[in-house]
Amino acid sequence: MGLEEKLPAGFALTTVENLAGYMRKNSLWPATFGLACCAIEMMAFGGGRYDAARFGMEVFRASPRQADLMIVAGRVSNKMAPVLRQIYDQMAAPNWVIAMGACASSGGMFNNYAIVQGVDHIVPVDIYLPGCPPRPEMLMDAILKLHEHIGNEKLGVNREQIIREVEAAALAAKPTHQLNGLLS
Amino acid sequence: MTELTPRPDDLGLTAAAKANVPIENQNAKSFFAQLQGFWVTFTTMFKKVTTVEYPEVKEPMAEGFHGRHQLNRYDDGLEKCIGCELCAWACPADAILVEGESNTEDARYSPGERYGKVYQINYLRCIFCGLCVEACPTRALTMTNEYELADDSRSKLIFEKEDLLAPLRSGALKPPHPMAEGKTHIDYYRGDITDIKND
Repeated sequence: MGLEEKLPAGFALTTVENLAGYMRKNSLWPATFGLACCAIEMMAFGGGRYDAARFGMEVFRASPRQADLMIVAGRVSNKMAPVLRQIYDQMAAPNWVIAMGACASSGGMFNNYAIVQGVDHIVPVDIYLPGCPPRPEMLMDAILKLHEHIGNEKLGVNREQIIREVEAAALAAKPTHQLNGLLS
Repeated sequence: MTELTPRPDDLGLTAAAKANVPIENQNAKSFFAQLQGFWVTFTTMFKKVTTVEYPEVKEPMAEGFHGRHQLNRYDDGLEKCIGCELCAWACPADAILVEGESNTEDARYSPGERYGKVYQINYLRCIFCGLCVEACPTRALTMTNEYELADDSRSKLIFEKEDLLAPLRSGALKPPHPMAEGKTHIDYYRGDITDIKND
């Protein structure tokens, strides 16, 4: 919009944040990115029984420019990785990514040379959803958690403040080689 | 510039317009055909809605549903896990990490010799196949019906032992504590500790 970049921190900015968050979270348009069996559950989520229309997101956009949510449903092979990144780059600015299922989140049981070990190597992921494949209810839960995340998103100077805090926290965090077990 | 092939200035559109083709056939037959179509829409209004009301109404899953794992306890609060790592060996996705440790007289977490000191399940790897549950010799690992696991970072989805352990029942004591009076680990494995059950 450009308006929020000029507002000082305070009542006006938080009002714009709340309004923008409310609008954004209730009008998510997912891009179709079904890659494997998780896509079947994603289609069930769009169908009549689970009905994505209740969350204002029943239209799965085939063109990335009209979409703002990418649900990566399925394992991403190394050959698919640049395609995924290009689709992500083509999506307009406030956009979010859900890594649906074990394979998209971390590679799952396919710990081999052909599969990308988690789409967060390629695109920033907002919500990780475990399951193989996750039930449509689990996807709905992930989307509701994403709604919460979008609703509380900061803009303008508040956003810059958050970015600085995240950066500082990442620098102060314990390095992974000092962590225990699977966390290392 | 060379002369190109002359293009017809009219692509036949005006000819079609002049022909006066009727857009729709407005007679009684088509009216009833429309009525028939809308009748389906009308009767659907009285049919039972199949849509689940998920966030508001959470219906329980089927009995054998494979959800989040749970590390069980005996009735007196001692852990069932003996740290044998059979679940980790059975796991096709390498999602489980177990590190066993010996029980001592001062610090007893499970009946018998060993207990699971570190127990982690990476839910981003886990495929909920249940092979770990089949492999468990003491029925320490089972699966619950909980499925709302989505989260926003990788580290939050690696569940530690504290996240997986079953809650203490009323009367149960948090380990470490010694085995029940006059009972051995054999009695625990056989389930002969019903007299210490107090809930």
